[in-house]
This record gives sequence, structure tokens and C-alpha cells, in this order.
Amino acid sequence: MDASFFAAAVVAGTPLLFATLGEIITEKAGNLNLGVEGMMLMGAVIGFFVGLMTNSPILALFGAAIAGGMGASIFAFLTVSLRANQVVSGLALTIFGAGFSSFMGNKLIGQVVPVNIKDFFKPVHIPLLSDIPFLGQIFFQHDVFVYFGFISVIALGFYLYSTRKGLNLRAVGENAAAADASGINIGLYKYIHIVLGGILCGLGGAYLSLVYIPAWQDNVVAGRGWIAVALVIFASWNPYKAIFGAFLFGGMDIIGFRIQRLDIHISQYLIDMLPYVATIVALILGTNKNRKENHPPKDLGVPYFREER
Amino acid sequence: MQADIAVEMRNISKNFGSIKANENMNFNVRYGEVHALLGENGAGKSTLMNMLSGIYSPDSGSIFVHGKEVRFMSPKEPIQMGIGMIHQHFKLIDIYTALENIILGEKGSFFINKQEISKEIKGISDQFGLGIQQNKKVYDMSVGEKQTLEIIKVLFRGAKILILDEPTAVLTPQEIKKLFEIVNNMKAAGCAVIIITHKLNEVMEISDRVTVLRKGQSIMTYETSQTTMKELTEKMVGKSIDLSIKRAETKGNVEILKVDHLTVVNKEKINALKDVSFNLKSGEILGVAGIAGSGQKELCETIAGLCTAQKGKIIFQGDNILGKSPRAIIRLGIRMGFIPEDRLGMGLVASMDIVHNIILKDYQGQKGIFLKRKHIIKKAENIVKRLDINTPGIYHPVRKLSGGNIQKVLLGREIDSNPKVLITAYPVRGLDIGASFKIYDLLNEQKRNGVGVLFIGEDLDILIDLCDRIMVLCDGSVTGIVNTKEASKEDIGLLMAGEYKVQ
Repeated sequence: MDASFFAAAVVAGTPLLFATLGEIITEKAGNLNLGVEGMMLMGAVIGFFVGLMTNSPILALFGAAIAGGMGASIFAFLTVSLRANQVVSGLALTIFGAGFSSFMGNKLIGQVVPVNIKDFFKPVHIPLLSDIPFLGQIFFQHDVFVYFGFISVIALGFYLYSTRKGLNLRAVGENAAAADASGINIGLYKYIHIVLGGILCGLGGAYLSLVYIPAWQDNVVAGRGWIAVALVIFASWNPYKAIFGAFLFGGMDIIGFRIQRLDIHISQYLIDMLPYVATIVALILGTNKNRKENHPPKDLGVPYFREER
Repeated sequence: MQADIAVEMRNISKNFGSIKANENMNFNVRYGEVHALLGENGAGKSTLMNMLSGIYSPDSGSIFVHGKEVRFMSPKEPIQMGIGMIHQHFKLIDIYTALENIILGEKGSFFINKQEISKEIKGISDQFGLGIQQNKKVYDMSVGEKQTLEIIKVLFRGAKILILDEPTAVLTPQEIKKLFEIVNNMKAAGCAVIIITHKLNEVMEISDRVTVLRKGQSIMTYETSQTTMKELTEKMVGKSIDLSIKRAETKGNVEILKVDHLTVVNKEKINALKDVSFNLKSGEILGVAGIAGSGQKELCETIAGLCTAQKGKIIFQGDNILGKSPRAIIRLGIRMGFIPEDRLGMGLVASMDIVHNIILKDYQGQKGIFLKRKHIIKKAENIVKRLDINTPGIYHPVRKLSGGNIQKVLLGREIDSNPKVLITAYPVRGLDIGASFKIYDLLNEQKRNGVGVLFIGEDLDILIDLCDRIMVLCDGSVTGIVNTKEASKEDIGLLMAGEYKVQ
């Protein structure tokens, strides 16, 4: 294995990273949004569509973010305002997102990302850092989207663990009643962070259609949203650990191509299974956690109603 | 209106569905006084105070703070007005440190400046004589520490009006003494302190005034110095009752259950019981005292066969029952009634009626695949009549009964099986005085019938009055077994805190 493999794993892991970070913020607010796959698909198709129409990479990203955020706000309205069942609402969002992207993308099949946008997402070598042997090639010779992923991890980590807002957010997911009694606006916190999570998922989807492929094909996300949901558990709700998980699973995603190149004959079906098998293994390993800080947010999936007795 | 009145609540009403939790309640508290809210469970004390702290909003009535009418939409506004509530079930985040809990929801710099905050907290805790380790996680804290943390949290927000909801329920007598010192410090600092309680001696000890609540209504407000415990009880219960427990005397007691060097590791892989040894005689009530979570639950469950032990023996009439299935143990005549905090978590199925809850433990003795209900129905009617259970019928789901009646169903079922050993944990949890004494009578009756009763209780006064001996658990170890005729409450309190061992 050479550095190029790991570099490719980082690229393949980037959409997973965005989606995982998005789901981490959502779950820190105490809401389990299983609509990640749907929100990624919405972001992927809208991002691609806007890019094709406007030729502008920035507008394409905005479009993707808004699409993901819109999907999440439907979920937020259902689960926060109406206190609907979170699992069912999330599944509905996934089904909706899949239908939406197929419908929107029907005429886009076969279309390719405009040259303009392709150029924008060309790999950029970061001076000095990219010259570090081995590691430089793995981490610092990528497109701006990947770097934005790194920045998101650090920003989210700081937000969660070093700011008052982050402290309040984690409290909402841990014990909504206690947070409420401390004067925190539960509904507001949940709405903002669910939508923020959706925005990140939308961006993750857009990375697939705009940079990774970069053309439109149906069901471009192909189950990565579900892997992201599992990665949240694997990362024990910690954005710093999410980066390892995402790149590990990115590696699983591309290992098949590498094996083919090495002329080893394993059934393609078995190789395609790898990320999903790894997900199951990760979940088995990930559920045996002793430190309380690594447990899921205590009020995850529980709707909050102040006057409930 | 007088100038020193901090809070005035007028004609407050609050309904939960068809239940009238508060009906035209009136209440006021002054600065520099300790005001007790006295009432039985379900009298509406917590509901009233939850409205003052913005958790609930009243259906009708008005609240005045510093003479100004207010209408709280969320807990945020009362906090800003200087009202702080210490809830009975602490509202703390387990995985946070003390410091993080204190600043939760507070305004301030975007990033958290721990050093500055830490200094500020220290200033407050020194002023009121509150000791706390700021970097300790809540899940590592004892109940007393958690309470101290809640108090500091409230004071940190600059509260001048403090509400303490049943603050002494989980404390040892020594901790209670310390708490009362803190309360007096707050009073001296000019705060208005409201204490919710159902314990009369505490009212007499700490409060300046007392308001008695009963069944959702405010009955009367007294100057504490001008009333008596007897008068307060009558107002609280609505009739005069005899508050003494007559200990039944029994003879010819033989050892029926012997627990020998029992060590149990619980789910969190912590030693919940450490080398516990004791014996239980027939015709005896053995009390178990200890701070909540000292191993009481594991002790009950191990004897009942629900928990496995690492080491030790449980000898019942000469046989080791450790390792037997719960069903086999029930058949031997060991019955357990455990009342958890939510009252319904164990023993009864909430959506089933009384008859089917009795069948749950009875069907195993029946033959054939179909249930035979006839004799069970008779049994159910019998239990309802004997224990005076207030229910629309034996086919009424137990979930819809009041707490006291649910507990009577549970205890009635266990007693009805004529057990040889009866384990009851917190049988009067959440019951009013009348119902509690009914349960004590039932236990005494069992004792007279030669049953060995293991009584796990919370209230030390009751334990001393009811039991023959008291075993004290502290952190999973037996710190002493005392004879109630000789031991004082203070001795037991010290044992609960693990301060010394009785030889």
C-alpha cells in the first residue's frame, strides 16, 4: 500500500465525514435523524442541478446546503414541534429524499459537471504541509472541499467542548429537563442544530455528485448515509474520532478497485460488501463502551415536553 | 402589600387532565424567612413551586414577585428574577463536572473561561459554607454532593428566592444538620427560602412560618412558633390520627434466613454488596437502613434470585438457595415486594387489572394450558376488601389507580401467598400518612403470624419504631446491626455515612 491509496481513502471518506458530523450535531441535540441518506441525496441532486445551471461552484454548494437544511427542517418540525416518532420521521425523510433526487435527477442522468466547477475543485497543494513525506501526500494535496471537512471537524470540536453554546447543546441531548430548568431554550437549540446537521449532510451529498464522481447518476449516495449513522456510534459522538472513522470507511470503499488492480480474483460482490460488513463489526466493537462520556446522549430519541408528569 | 414580601401567589389553580393538582392556592414568602410548605404526597406542593419556577404555567391565578405581577413562559424568566429551585430529582447533567453544571445556560463569553468562573464559584461557596470539588463529575458524586452542587448553581445565578423540594429525603441526619446550617446562612443573607417537606420535625426545626396544603388546596398558614406538631398533622391529614406504631411482640423466634459473606457485582461491574452477613428470624422485622443506592436493591434481588452472587451463601431453612431460579425461590415461600422510585417498574404490569396481576404469580401452580380465573377472582376481591383498596373494580388497570392503592395491590398479592419470608423495599414510598400506617399494620400482622420480614426503608424514625433490629448498609457493606431499643437515630446516621462500626 502506498500513500496514494490513503490519499484516495481521504477523498472517499470526505462525504462520509460531512454526513457523520451532521448526524453528530443532530444527535447531540437529542434527536436521532435517520434521514441522512435522504438529505445527502437532496444535497447531491440540488448541488449538481444548481452547478449545471449557474456554472458557479459557490452557488452549487449553497444550493446543496439549503436542500439538506430544508430536509432537516421538515424532520425538525415533525419531531420537535409535533413530537412525532423520530425513527419513523427519519425513515420517511430518507424515502422522500430518494424519491426527490430520482425525480429531479431524471433528466440529469449522463450530464457531467461543468469544467468551471471541476477546475474549482482541483487538488490544491498546501505549501509546506504538502511537502511532509507520506503524510503530506495523504492529507494536504486535495481539493478545497476536503480541507473544508478538516476545518469543520476542528470547528465543531471547539464548538462542542469549549464554548457555552456547545455546553448547552450537549446538555439538551443529555437531559432536556435539566437543561430546560437551567433556562436553555430547548426547542430553539434543537431546531438550529438539526438544520445545521442537515446542511452538513447536504454538503456531503454534493461532494459525491460534484467532485467525487463528478457526473450525475441515480442513487449516487448508495447507502453512505446509513454508514454515517453507524459511524456516529463508532466515533462515540465525538467529531475528532469521526475523522478516523470516515477515512477508515473511505478506505473500505475503494479497496475493491485496488484489489482488482493487483490481479487478485475475489468476487466483486464480496468486495462490495466490505464497507457494510465493517459497519457491523464497528457497531459490535463500538457498543461495548465503559466510559460514560462515550455513551450516546441520554435523551437521544426522547421527545421533550415540559409539563409531562 | 408589605415591602418585604418576596413572592405572593394568589388563587392559583392547575389541572392535569381531570386531576386538580392545585385549586385556588394562596401563598406568600418574605425575604429573610424560611417558609415551609407542608403537605402529604399529592397535596400539590411541588406543582405549586414548579409554577413559581416556570416549569408549569398556572391555569388561573396570579403570581407577584417583588410586588410586580409576572407571567412566566419558561424557566428562564424566573431565573432572571432571582428565583432558584432545587428539584427533588436533581436536574444535573451526569457527565458534566460541577463547574460545567453551574454555568449551564448562563450568559457570558463565547468561550468558557474556566479560571475566572472557578474563582467566582469559590467566592460563593465560601460565603455560604458550601464545600465542593469543581472538577468532579456528577456521576461520581454522592447524593449530598449533588445537592450542594444544586444549591451553588442556584446561588451562582444570584437567586434571592430559593425553593428546596424535599431536600432531606435522601440525606443522613448529619447531612441534614449541615443543610439546615446552610439554609440559615441563606436566611441571614436576606434570602427568602421555601422548603417543601412532609416531615413535621423538620418544619418545627427550621421554618419561621409554615403553610399547610391538602389535596390541592392551601389550608392555613401559621407562625411556626405558635403551632404544634399535632395541630399541623391534623391540618395536613384532615383528621386527627394516632402517629405511633405499636411494635408487635413475638416469641419463640427461630432463624429462618441466613445470609453469609455475600458479595454481589452489579451491571456496572461495581461491588454492590461486599461481604454481607446477617440473619433473619421468624416473627421479626429486620430493617435495612442506608443512603439510597447502598446496595439495598441488589440485596433484595439476590435473595429473590434475580441477581447472581460472586461469593457467599443464602441459607433458607437449612438449604442454600443461591443459584436457584426466581420461580423456585417463590415456591419455597420467599416473596418480595419492591417499590421502585417510579412505583410501577417492578412487580406489577401497569396495563393489566388486579386479577391478572395476581395470576402472574399464580398460574405456575395451575395445570393445563388455559388459565383458571375463578379462584383468582375471589382472591382479588378478598385482597381489595382486606386492604381497603380504593378501586372502581377488580378489572380496573392498576396503572389508573393512585400510588397508594397500587402498592397495596402489590403487597396484598405477596402477603396473600402466606410467605415465610417477606421482603419489602420502600413499601410506603409516596404514600400518605394514613395509607402508610395501614401498611405498617399489615407488616406487624405478618410478623405476628411468624413471617420473617426484611423491611428496607427510608425514614429512620419509622425504621426505629417498626423494626426489631436495623442493619445499616453503607456503600455495599454492613456497617452495623443495631437493636432498635438501644440505638439512637444519630448512631444509625453515623453508620449510614460509614463513620464507625458497632462492635
